[in-house]
Amino acid sequence: MTADIAAILAIDGIATGAVYALVAIGTVLIFTVTRVIFIPFGDIAAFTALTLAALDAKQLPGTVGLVVVLACMATIMDVVSLARAGELRSVPKAVLGYLVLPLIVVGIVWLTMRFNPPMPVRIVLALLLIMPISPLLDRIVFRPIADASVLLLLTVSVALHFALVGLGLLFFGPEGVRTEPLTSMAIEIAGVHVSGQTVLILTAALVFSGLLFAFFDFTLIGKALRATALNRTGARLMGIRPARAGTIAYLLGSLMAGVSGVLIAPVNTIFYDSGFLLGLKAFVGAIIGGMTSYPGAALGAFGVGLLESFASFQSSTLKDVIVFSLLIPVLLWRSLASQHSEEEVEE
Amino acid sequence: MTQMLSVENVSVAYGKVEAVRNVSLSVEQGQIVTVIGPNGAGKTTLLMAAIGLLKSTGRMVFQGADLARIDVEGRVERGLCLVPEKRELFADMSVADNLLLGTYSLRDRSTTRKSLDDVFDRFPRLKERSKQAAGTLSGGERQMLALGRALMAKPKLLVLDEPSLGLAPLIVREIFRTIASLRSLGVSVLLVEQNARAALETADYGYVLETGEIIQSGPADTLIHDPKLIAAYLGGH
Repeated sequence: MTADIAAILAIDGIATGAVYALVAIGTVLIFTVTRVIFIPFGDIAAFTALTLAALDAKQLPGTVGLVVVLACMATIMDVVSLARAGELRSVPKAVLGYLVLPLIVVGIVWLTMRFNPPMPVRIVLALLLIMPISPLLDRIVFRPIADASVLLLLTVSVALHFALVGLGLLFFGPEGVRTEPLTSMAIEIAGVHVSGQTVLILTAALVFSGLLFAFFDFTLIGKALRATALNRTGARLMGIRPARAGTIAYLLGSLMAGVSGVLIAPVNTIFYDSGFLLGLKAFVGAIIGGMTSYPGAALGAFGVGLLESFASFQSSTLKDVIVFSLLIPVLLWRSLASQHSEEEVEE
Repeated sequence: MTQMLSVENVSVAYGKVEAVRNVSLSVEQGQIVTVIGPNGAGKTTLLMAAIGLLKSTGRMVFQGADLARIDVEGRVERGLCLVPEKRELFADMSVADNLLLGTYSLRDRSTTRKSLDDVFDRFPRLKERSKQAAGTLSGGERQMLALGRALMAKPKLLVLDEPSLGLAPLIVREIFRTIASLRSLGVSVLLVEQNARAALETADYGYVLETGEIIQSGPADTLIHDPKLIAAYLGGH
């Protein structure tokens, strides 16, 4: 391997790592706030790419149907559980949050589509459409078992991923898509060709993780999310509802996953089931970071991206094997280095 | 006097074991009420039920509202705030952020700045350490922070679980001075303590809880001179 090739591989790895980092940060966010290891994040990213491709082709994206179905299910479940608890006064609020708001988003997309919006608007529309999905899934799937063990939540999360892949096939069809490149620019850094797409991926990863940290540091809601992650009981005693914090965490996490979906869509061909590997590799990154640290997860994700890039040069058929084999020494090291698990801290 | 909190025939069970049996007590507006009793009498259990972290039977009314259908967060929003025995601080967050989170339940946060200054006036140590992580504080400072955080929520009834536990005598005195001064703010207090003498010296009214039942109650200055209590909890005179 020459230095030139190494530089190209490194740049490629960093770009891939940046995409994983966005998803990994979302995974850590959801895990710390709700204790759910949200495996379907990769699917959310893939669905964003598919949504954007449909919008590019001036078709109504399958996401619209998905959101409407999930919104109806979540609303029915919430209204039924409120009625059982005898809290009929809260029903209008539930209908507003779980039905009206998602439908408004769908309406906005449907209306805007008629005016052939430019690329940036289409990206915003795709992100808007994707953001309600995880909070709705949270309401339907995870809220009824919110107090279950981390292991049970993970098991359900894996099952949910497979359900989502099926729904993806139903709503998006089997065709793969690749969206228009966001930019055709290219620059040279020290004699190495760097595509505009790579620069864009890195910038987006930095901007969105920066925004997330600013949100955590400067807003009371952001602090409330961190507080819930650190100490659930303490947060409840401040009047912070874990379910509410969870919804916000899912919204923000979906935004991160959605952005990563937009960024990879022009580079990779995305199918309805492409999300799994993306989500899994981001998860490996998050595990390297210990599942609770944002910088750790981001660094881990960059590590995974770099390893994958060099591994695919050595042996492209074995690249996934190499990446996932990394997990074994990392888990060994993690379990030896840390004295207690997250679950013990919880109680 | 208007009633702040009334607890009527409340029982709490862990599985088949009843930790609290048929307890009734009440806290009037502006009053400091203490529940004393030995370790394991069910004092903390009673408070956990009052804030809604544990399920209970019986009736609890806070400012005229039945608490049965109101969750923990709803009780906090109504001004019923607990400072738990374990403090439950946000260890990795700064002292200032911990205090700010106290205002989460308030609708109107325009007075946050003033509340923060008030807490810093009350506990200058917290001001010195406002940028430090809460986890790095000493035991006494943690209790000050837990109290300050609860005060940021502008509570109507402050429920304190063993505020003096594990603290040096000098700091215990400071904490009790603070509790006594809450009277002038119009905050009612329900105080659970093992340090029976200090609790009765501060409180207006007292209840004695033993093995889950109230065995005695009365004005604090009567209880403090009760020979039986002196023998059992107050360690002679």
